[in-house]
Amino acid sequence: MTNEANPILEVKNLKKYFKTGKGMLHAVDDVSFSIRKGTTLGVVGESGCGKSTLGRTIIRLEPFTDGAVYYEGENVFEYNKKQVREFRKKMQLIFQDPYSSLNPRNTVYQLIAEQLVVNKVYKDKADLENRVRELMDIAGLAPRLVNSYPHELDGGRRQRIGLARALSMNPSFIVCDEPVSALDVSIQAQILNLLMDLQDQMGLTYMFITHDLSVVKHISDEIAVLYVGQLIEKAPSDELFKNPLHPYTKMLLSAIPVPSLESRSRKKEIIKGEVTNPIDPKPGCRFASRCKYCMSKCTEGDMELKEIEKDHFVMCRLFD
Amino acid sequence: MSSIAQNDNILEIKDLHVVYETDSETVYAVNGIDLSLKAGKTLGIVGETGAGKTTTALSILRLLPQDIGKITSGSITFNGQELLTLGKSEMQKIRGASISMIFQDPMTSLNPVNTVGDQIYESLMLHNDEHKSKKELEERVDAILESVGIPKTRKKEYPHQFSGGMKQRIVIAIALACHPAVVIADEPTTALDVTIQAQVLAMMSALRDQLGMAMILITHDLGVVAETCDDVAVMYAGEIVESGTVEDIFGHVRHHPYTEGLFGSIPSLGSDAKRLKPISGLMPDPTNLPTGCSFHPRCPYATEKCREEKPEARYFGTHFVACHLITGGEPKNDE
Amino acid sequence: MDSKTATVSVDIKKARKRRSKEIIRRFRKNKLAMVGLVIITIMILMAVFADVIADYEEGAIRQHSDQRLLSPSWEHPFGTDTYGRDQLARVVHGARVSLSLGVFTTVISLGLGGLLGAMCGYYGGVFDEIVMRLMDILLSIPTLLMAIAIVSALGPTVMNLLIAITISQIPVFTRVVRSSVLSVVGEDYIEAAKIGGSKDLHIILHDVLPNAIGPIIVQGTMSIAAMILLAAGLSFIGLGVQPPQPEWGNMLNQARDNMMTHPYLVIIPGICIAISAFSINLVGDGLRDALDPKLKN
Repeated sequence: MTNEANPILEVKNLKKYFKTGKGMLHAVDDVSFSIRKGTTLGVVGESGCGKSTLGRTIIRLEPFTDGAVYYEGENVFEYNKKQVREFRKKMQLIFQDPYSSLNPRNTVYQLIAEQLVVNKVYKDKADLENRVRELMDIAGLAPRLVNSYPHELDGGRRQRIGLARALSMNPSFIVCDEPVSALDVSIQAQILNLLMDLQDQMGLTYMFITHDLSVVKHISDEIAVLYVGQLIEKAPSDELFKNPLHPYTKMLLSAIPVPSLESRSRKKEIIKGEVTNPIDPKPGCRFASRCKYCMSKCTEGDMELKEIEKDHFVMCRLFD
Repeated sequence: MSSIAQNDNILEIKDLHVVYETDSETVYAVNGIDLSLKAGKTLGIVGETGAGKTTTALSILRLLPQDIGKITSGSITFNGQELLTLGKSEMQKIRGASISMIFQDPMTSLNPVNTVGDQIYESLMLHNDEHKSKKELEERVDAILESVGIPKTRKKEYPHQFSGGMKQRIVIAIALACHPAVVIADEPTTALDVTIQAQVLAMMSALRDQLGMAMILITHDLGVVAETCDDVAVMYAGEIVESGTVEDIFGHVRHHPYTEGLFGSIPSLGSDAKRLKPISGLMPDPTNLPTGCSFHPRCPYATEKCREEKPEARYFGTHFVACHLITGGEPKNDE
Repeated sequence: MDSKTATVSVDIKKARKRRSKEIIRRFRKNKLAMVGLVIITIMILMAVFADVIADYEEGAIRQHSDQRLLSPSWEHPFGTDTYGRDQLARVVHGARVSLSLGVFTTVISLGLGGLLGAMCGYYGGVFDEIVMRLMDILLSIPTLLMAIAIVSALGPTVMNLLIAITISQIPVFTRVVRSSVLSVVGEDYIEAAKIGGSKDLHIILHDVLPNAIGPIIVQGTMSIAAMILLAAGLSFIGLGVQPPQPEWGNMLNQARDNMMTHPYLVIIPGICIAISAFSINLVGDGLRDALDPKLKN
């Protein structure tokens, strides 16, 4: 999948396994993709599919098992500790939980200034304060909140602090790990709009991890669907919603409750069973046990991600 | 509601006011709501964090935090019986047996040191008025587990051995063990994945029909409401701003600006619009609610009148809206 | 824009001042903690100005055979002991030994144990495993027994008593600090700090410890109290501070024989031990609450 123009990030055969008492947990299993500069890749999947681990491994918060991640042509998995620190200025993470991701003992000012202070990227105090004020403005935080503590603020404002922090080092790539799933719908929309505006203004590239397909539709240019550590389908956003190919993607789409009455009459397809155990998975398709199209060849051999239509990749034996 | 015959309603809330009082402040959590739940139907209560949804549910069961949460006025009747004046032991009998509750987080609502079978057995034991034998009760446990889709062979297992979706099924099994007439489900699927949510919601609807229960479904997800509820009440800042049948709320008539805002905020699969239309601003401070209509600081259509006067409720048949902009209909009918 | 910047700058300076004021205000609002603070301050002043209150040699050490076992009076407010020594002089000079033993042993064992515990909790792995098993071995020996063993091996001096008590306390602090650090290390904001490029030491000092401080303060103050008791206990059985040097514990020991006839001889040092331990605990609880910005009131 290197046919895309100027990818800012290329992930090649990334594997991340965890040793557990019961065997090897395949959190991320041989995943490859690339993201073009200034676009958003939505990564969708249910809990335990490895989507958060994928994001965390890419920015080297977790040690990797195998594979390579090229950021602007350089393999970040070959970086040493010092280089990783440098690289993190360009690559940031926005956390899911705006409650636990902010140090409760620090004020808004301290929180936003922290990275600037640690990396010593300001001329003098006035410069630092100026920069913090500017970041608060960008993230939509009122200047009077500068001395508040995070527990005094609501979830939306806390997430704005997280965003201001992430932007403080002028990054070019941000991994957003479920940034709106802990927020109320009306606040969710505010934050999503803000993220999209910032992308337009600053040319940011996002990897947007979520379990919510309707959120990802709005913000993504391309969408990757993960199932038990594997990338099973990847396509441009519109294409994926119009023409989902993998049976899992289809059912995932039909499972979303739609806020309209037309859907009431529609007979829902409900996926039987639950997500396959990611510990030492069997060969073949990992969705096979829940799939109604399952054939004998589905449980044999290694699966491969194939380009079925232009830019539309799918990992399913139905398309052999 | 004037248009609905009184005897249809199994649970009725009238002009309920609830406050949380601490030394330093008073939180006005529920401010005069009217709700009625028809037998065998599902009522959805929609709203955001702090709207007073959970407080309403806890008030029905009289489970508000002691010493802090107080019901200051109003009435809650269940089958014509006033719940707010009942004694402790009478209320205990109603809880679980006649009205039960399903909480949001299945991880914390099960006791980790007891097997799931024991936990269901216990709730049967507590309300064992017919003095059934141990064997009969054990058979009930098996039947209940099967009814929520868990093999009875797993009843000797502990909660941690089940996945999140399975745990929520067990929580539901416990709640339904005594065939309650009313089940209050507080965000029962929020902690679950969509595919599991679809399974659990389908199962709950099936069980509701099978057992003939009435259900109050508290949620922030309008999609869930559209798919499972018969009636809907939209709550904002401790008040019901709009209510009606699901057709009223999702139909193309005039809605309360807050309801409109909620719909605009949802990223929907159907629309291709790139930008969402969020409601500006934040939930009001419940210790210091705005004057007039409590939504006016966030309302794009707010006028001087909205800032000063509380809007009268207007009825359009089953549909009810409290907004100055919406005129016509009948005023509130206080029998 | 310039004027705006200026206001923000002033605001931030003000906020820092406001924060320490806020901590003091919250502490002062806690009545029990204030009572504890007043009592312990009096005790400390008493120890500091012991020489002003009574001469060490003359009052606390020299025996007066003609003044044995005198009941409390204007001349001897706390009475005199079996050797005719003024009980008040011995209590105030004993306070020096008892209180400083409690504070010193706690500070040293908190320093050493805390460092080990923080490293164990933050880094984990083999280092954690080895250190914690060593601590388990130390913890499995009863504190008193171990202190007795150390003191009897090294000889009963104040210095050896201090060493014995300190060693027995290190595993306690290692455990407490480790577990409170562990509860914080899993939080997202520690990861956020890592992503921000902070170095480990900065994260431990700036993000981990301030959030883990609550249980550590409580354990610390409880430990001061417990150490005073332990020192008193060891002195009581003759392994701690040796007579004639006064210390609350050995005062109790010496008063044993006359306990029935002259109860004030045990009551007064006993009350001193109990009150100082209790008031230190009150101060600790108050400090923990005052330092937590989440508990506003």
